[in-house]
Amino acid sequence: MDATMLPEVTAAGVIIKAVLILAVIAAIAGFGTYIERKILAFMQRRLGPQHVGPFGLLQLAADGIKLFTKEDIIPQHANKFIFAIAPVITAATAFIALAAVPVFPGFTVPFTDIYVPSIASDINVGILFVLGMMAAGLYGPLLAGMAQSNKWGIIGSARTAIQFLSYEVVTGLSILAPIMLVGSLSFVDFNTYQTDGVWLVVYQPVAFILFLIAGFAETNRTPFDLLEHEAEIISGYVTEYSGMRWGLFFIGEYANMITIGVIASVVFLGGYNDFWFIPGWIMIIAKIAFSFFFMLWVRASWPHIRPDQLMWLCWKVLMPLAVINILITGLVIMI
Amino acid sequence: MSLEQFKNRNVGTQNYVKLDLDHAPTDAWSQFKQVVKRTFQPELFVGLGVTLREMMNSLFRGKSHTTQYPFEKLPVSPRYRAIHDMLRLMESGNYRCIGCGLCEKICISDCISMETKYDENQRKEVSEYTINFGRCIFCGYCAEVCPELAIVHGGRYENASEQRASFSLFEDLLTPIDQLNLQQEYAGFGAISPNADENIKSTPLAY
Ligand code: SF4
Ligand code: SF4
Repeated sequence: MDATMLPEVTAAGVIIKAVLILAVIAAIAGFGTYIERKILAFMQRRLGPQHVGPFGLLQLAADGIKLFTKEDIIPQHANKFIFAIAPVITAATAFIALAAVPVFPGFTVPFTDIYVPSIASDINVGILFVLGMMAAGLYGPLLAGMAQSNKWGIIGSARTAIQFLSYEVVTGLSILAPIMLVGSLSFVDFNTYQTDGVWLVVYQPVAFILFLIAGFAETNRTPFDLLEHEAEIISGYVTEYSGMRWGLFFIGEYANMITIGVIASVVFLGGYNDFWFIPGWIMIIAKIAFSFFFMLWVRASWPHIRPDQLMWLCWKVLMPLAVINILITGLVIMI
Repeated sequence: MSLEQFKNRNVGTQNYVKLDLDHAPTDAWSQFKQVVKRTFQPELFVGLGVTLREMMNSLFRGKSHTTQYPFEKLPVSPRYRAIHDMLRLMESGNYRCIGCGLCEKICISDCISMETKYDENQRKEVSEYTINFGRCIFCGYCAEVCPELAIVHGGRYENASEQRASFSLFEDLLTPIDQLNLQQEYAGFGAISPNADENIKSTPLAY
């Protein structure tokens, strides 16, 4: 991966890349709802959506039409401005985070010499930027819950605050150990570090598990889906939302799942390096797909935990483990 | 397993299996041991295995539980109490109802209404017979009380209709004359018990 070998990255290339990310990830996020419903259905021995289009593939279009044509209700006592922009914050931060992660390999647009890079903006603190953006995504649910003048929303946003803030600590600490090993914050360096075929998960299994657990909490997936757990707080911070505003939360959540999948694949699972005879781009898609599948698989299998257990797990188990892991990594590096 | 043990209402004498609840940790060390044990037990992965197995079952072995309802239907019990049927006599094809009015009288939601008159042979003839299904609670009393086994419950449970009248007139409830050979005796409420013949005793005449 020699940067001088690559063609120059122009503004046009970056814009094309940004549009590509928006279009493809939004489509994948929508498609993810279909995959999720299908896989959950199969795991519970049901059939899932199957009447719209072949195998129910067009269910996505039907849902989209429904979301777009639904009445957009803003509650009477809500803070209308914040209520309206909160979903945008969730979706926007999710997509901004994707700007600094490598999605699909770079290529040159046919018949022009516009080079579309693999990463929209290869800043050298990529990981920090992505984690920071995902952390900023906390404002979406938080403001949404507080603006809607609904007690379920308030409880939902309180849970958002404790869950996201607490697990931010675990994410940061767990990913610190691999960063110390690699000595860089750029995704490209992580990828280069693993070109010899030994994945970082081999050196850092504890960090990987911690990161996965924290990733589930940050993307609000079962077993940590306390923010909008139906049985307890109706829908939490999305209680009052309807139509496409609600859809934006959904797209943001799925985009975050993909981002977590990308980080896990690039940082711990060997990135987009070739694996035996399998080309790198297939490997990275396979890894992201597997981590997506894993999230659905876990959702189908495991019950979710109580808020106090969530806090207990974070501060009494995961954080000490992460700190110990960093200490040991540091000692090993020094020796 | 016999049903007898479930009929025993003397609480405490049954063979209950007690849950093993006594190893709740008491001190910090046993609490710690419990946490470690639970952390490294593969229980969660057993759960993952179960769902994966079920996914394989439903994907590749066709073991899905879904009944695709409007296209597939589950059989209903012959004792199920759905929209009523009026049966005919197998021999003559005439309707069985003799216009006695017992069903109208017993109906607790007062939803059967009928009118009778004498026909040219001075036999009772049912001229009007409707059941208001907006009020019927499908209690089955009418079927039980009917002396002729004329009104029975059928198997039509799909009650969505543009108007109630669609299935509440005598002609609609009556077995179509061309499907008389398909007419089934109702096995539920008010039907003759299977050992009815044994229970009939000849009337003692010699006093
Ligand atoms: S089922 Fe009950 S409520 Fe319905 S018509 Fe018969 S007696 Fe009346
Ligand atoms: S009880 Fe039976 S025979 Fe008597 S009127 Fe009703 S349906 Fe006819």
